Amino acid sequence: MFSALANPARFMAFSRWAAPILGVIAAGLIGAGLWLGLNAPPDYQQGETVKIMFIHVPAAWVAMLAYACLGGASFVSLVFRHARADAAAKAAAPLGAAFTGVALVTGSLWGRPMWGAWWVWGDARLVSVLVLFLLFLGYMALRASIDDEAKGARAAEILALVGLINLPIIKYSVEWWNTLHQGESIMRAGGPALDPVYLMPLLLAGAGYSAAFGALWLERIRAEVWRRRATSLALRVALA
Amino acid sequence: MSVLAVLARRELSLAWARGGGALLAVGFFVAAAVMLPLALGPAPERLAAVSGGVTWVVLSLASLLSLDRMFERDFEDGALDLLALGPLPLEIVAAVKCLAQWTVSGAPLAIAAPVVAVGLGAPVASAAMILAAAGLGGLAFAFLGGTGAALALASRRGGLLIAVVVLPLLTPPVIFGGAAIANFTGGLPWGAALSLLAAYALACVALTPFAMAGACRNAQS
Repeated sequence: MFSALANPARFMAFSRWAAPILGVIAAGLIGAGLWLGLNAPPDYQQGETVKIMFIHVPAAWVAMLAYACLGGASFVSLVFRHARADAAAKAAAPLGAAFTGVALVTGSLWGRPMWGAWWVWGDARLVSVLVLFLLFLGYMALRASIDDEAKGARAAEILALVGLINLPIIKYSVEWWNTLHQGESIMRAGGPALDPVYLMPLLLAGAGYSAAFGALWLERIRAEVWRRRATSLALRVALA
Repeated sequence: MSVLAVLARRELSLAWARGGGALLAVGFFVAAAVMLPLALGPAPERLAAVSGGVTWVVLSLASLLSLDRMFERDFEDGALDLLALGPLPLEIVAAVKCLAQWTVSGAPLAIAAPVVAVGLGAPVASAAMILAAAGLGGLAFAFLGGTGAALALASRRGGLLIAVVVLPLLTPPVIFGGAAIANFTGGLPWGAALSLLAAYALACVALTPFAMAGACRNAQS
């Protein structure tokens, strides 16, 4: 499938329809998930704040998905030197940073009533998502600071792969660090097992967020392809 | 003399001469650590509680200092092109550069680290442990920092860009090293943390030269 989409004309023809269709699917799924989620009964421990989960958890999932896509696209671009894979990596980074930002902000909003603090360093997931956010920022900063587009792309790919190898280590080291500092006892988010009343809207919202990421990603890749075409046209005109 | 020995001697003397060598990093390390009691107040028990962690954080920042000159000077005067054409693969060249960086900046910092930590109130018994952790951590800092420096070659932004790119990657060694020191002073088992730090440092030594060589070739193309 991916090799078929490597053809630029076929990719543009495919994404022209796939992006809006995915967008509609995303709107439907997120709408259904939020509707079910907001009408779910309040949790006996967390009260109404449990409903932040339906916005927060899918954002964190998609943030990780976005880094996986960024790393995968970077790998394909580095190995096969394919321009579309590089455009895909470039397009995934700001999206990933945005979803990570949503996860951080909503997590903080949830933490205020539940923990009594906007930010608790004792929660390993919060901290590792923050490091993920910094990784996205570093990727974008490196990419933006190199004027030569081809060189910037290659340097960013290498950084993305280094980050991809590091990401699981970072995640487990932060979790391990968290268990070391067990001084503050933290209530675990979500509780031991999730009731179907919450699980169903959460999964719907998760699928919806993923579809939204897919739609936005395709749209951004299309924009990047158009931008490159415009740049090369402008160059050709200037040289003519 | 073998090519490797010549290269190692060249890199060591360059690293030593470049921008004040060890003096700059150690000077920053001590000066930044001195700021801490001035900001936190002189209460000994408060300083002792944070001494290990602060030493470790300032150490990681100090090891970022001279990174921007690691590849840049060779890149600008064309020496990096000659090295790329030479008999040694660029991966080995990058690793030798990082080892030189560690010898000149990481090892003096590691020697200064116990002095700073004990000066802030850490127990004297922890000095050997802090020396070992700082030496191992410095190895990881040098190789990850070298990766950032090589990636930043294609840009003209230098230092700050390297810090933004490298700092998130330093999370695991900072955690492992900080935990080893905190556990030691707290009387808890610290072997696991130190072993993890060593494993991470060695993984960096083994893997990052490939990223550095790729980044150098990219900047040269």
